[in-house]
Amino acid sequence: MGAESTSTTPRDDPAAQHAEPAAERLETTFELNGSGVRLEVAPRMLLTDALRQAGAHGTRAGCEHGVCGACTVLLDGEPVRSCLMLAVQADGCRVETVESLAAADGSLDPLQDAFHRHHGLQCGFCTGGILMSLTALLREDPAPSEALVRDTLQGHLCRCTGYQQMIDAVLELAGGAGGPPGAPDADGSTAGGAGR
Amino acid sequence: MKPAPFAYHRPSGLDEVLELLAVHGADAKLLAGGQSLLPLMNFRLSRPAHVIDVNRVAALDYEQALDDAREGGQRLVLGALTRHRRLTEPGFERRCRLLSLVGPWIGHPQIRTRGTLGGSIAHADSAAELPGALLALDGEVLVASSRGERVIAARDLFVHHLTTTLEDDEVITGVRIPVPAGREGCGFAEVAARRGDFALAGAMVRLSAAPAGDGSLAEARVVLIGAGPTPLRVEAAERPLLEGGVTPASLEALEAAVRSGVDPTPQQAASREYLVRVAGTLARRAAEQAGADLAARLGDDAAGRENGSRHGR
Ligand SMILES: Cc1cc2nc3c(=O)[nH]c(=O)nc-3n(C[C@H](O)[C@H](O)[C@H](O)COP(=O)(O)OP(=O)(O)OC[C@H]3O[C@@H](n4cnc5c(N)ncnc54)[C@H](O)[C@@H]3O)c2cc1C
Ligand code: FES
Ligand code: FES
Repeated sequence: MGAESTSTTPRDDPAAQHAEPAAERLETTFELNGSGVRLEVAPRMLLTDALRQAGAHGTRAGCEHGVCGACTVLLDGEPVRSCLMLAVQADGCRVETVESLAAADGSLDPLQDAFHRHHGLQCGFCTGGILMSLTALLREDPAPSEALVRDTLQGHLCRCTGYQQMIDAVLELAGGAGGPPGAPDADGSTAGGAGR
Repeated sequence: MKPAPFAYHRPSGLDEVLELLAVHGADAKLLAGGQSLLPLMNFRLSRPAHVIDVNRVAALDYEQALDDAREGGQRLVLGALTRHRRLTEPGFERRCRLLSLVGPWIGHPQIRTRGTLGGSIAHADSAAELPGALLALDGEVLVASSRGERVIAARDLFVHHLTTTLEDDEVITGVRIPVPAGREGCGFAEVAARRGDFALAGAMVRLSAAPAGDGSLAEARVVLIGAGPTPLRVEAAERPLLEGGVTPASLEALEAAVRSGVDPTPQQAASREYLVRVAGTLARRAAEQAGADLAARLGDDAAGRENGSRHGR
């Protein structure tokens, strides 16, 4: 791919912040939940906003600085913060959001179903991001240890549930194969255990 | 909570990156993982006129092992775009033990898929794991600009909080780390408000065995993060280890040397007094861990030799 540039925007021109000229729009094409999407976006548009514009409203904008995890989606299969990516950076990539999980007839996928049964959500604001992080985890390791599930969830904030129900849901799905509580961390237990 | 407008550039070759930096340097920001830059831009604390996205520059994404004739060991060269996640992959500990030890402590898994080695080092947060690890490893940063290339030793790179000796028109292309010929033991300990948050403070210790194999140490490094305006090497804490190995007495001396050698900036969640105390404790834990790690590896070697001779080799 060759270099792509847009014309310069004067940095402190307040008008430029509100009305960006059409020339400032860049075409970005990516695969969203299996279908092609083509958008014309300003370079500064965050992927979170582009996804919502494209109809994937399950992707939430919470903190917009990487901390809460509500905006987490899969980019080429890996969980990423869509608030810390520009929409133009998804060009040519495969994006999966929470809308990809349930079947066309609305029936839940096994992870969603386990969340439902274990009361893994209340208001649901955090849920789209959490389900995507856990989907990536379960693809990599269908029977993750409790430590690994906790490690994945530490990248998400939920103000409602207290997390335990989510852990129960994943471990049930994993066939109870999760290690006992207090099992050593997946990353090898380091002296850094002081951190918790 | 959205970035101010900017012009977006997506070069595919290093030459183009250098040209763009030569023209826009002072008004431009390189965009690597975006895990530090985009939060700053979303908050409008950073308002670059030009954003140069280097994610598709293949020349920044590589891994190489070079023989190091001078030292009889090897040097590992990692491209600037090496994602944090790579450091946590199985098998990476054989390439660099210390990096694989700190990898799981950098942010959350969802941050590590994007964040990069070059970005973390250029960002130079004094509490970040990778700048500290680079210092503890005696690493070097490979740097390019349209004016040419240069190599900066980690000890000459970090100036202050979020400040390095990199110029506006320079890009980090990779880092180079000596891999010693002999055995090495590493330890790392940190304390954070919550797992995945930036450390309040942390310590890393690296010990290399003398080639003699008699258990004596050829080299020791004690580096603290979050304990000063830059990652901090405390040489006075290395001396007791070099002289006496890892013993209760040398650990005592190390802890005292760290407490008088650090200069932490107080934070909302941690006073200066707390950080000074905890730095000493973390350094002791990291040194204990490094000592045990080294002993285990020397033990493996000895067991290997015994097995070998028993099987008549
Ligand atoms: C929620 C959260 C938690 C985090 N926790 C931690 C943590 O515990 N420990 C930790 O260390 N980090 C943490 N981080 C930061 C993370 O590690 C970043 O990835 C890293 O600091 C910056 O790397 P990046 O590739 O994302 O760089 P970017 O954000 O893309 O860039 C950062 C800066 O470096 C410059 N830059 C990037 N690449 C180059 C290059 N090749 N040459 C020259 N300059 C360059 C950019 O212009 C910019 O100024 C966290 C981030 C978040 C969002
Ligand atoms: S909105 Fe992206 S992490 Fe909070
Ligand atoms: S269910 Fe409400 S924030 Fe998690």
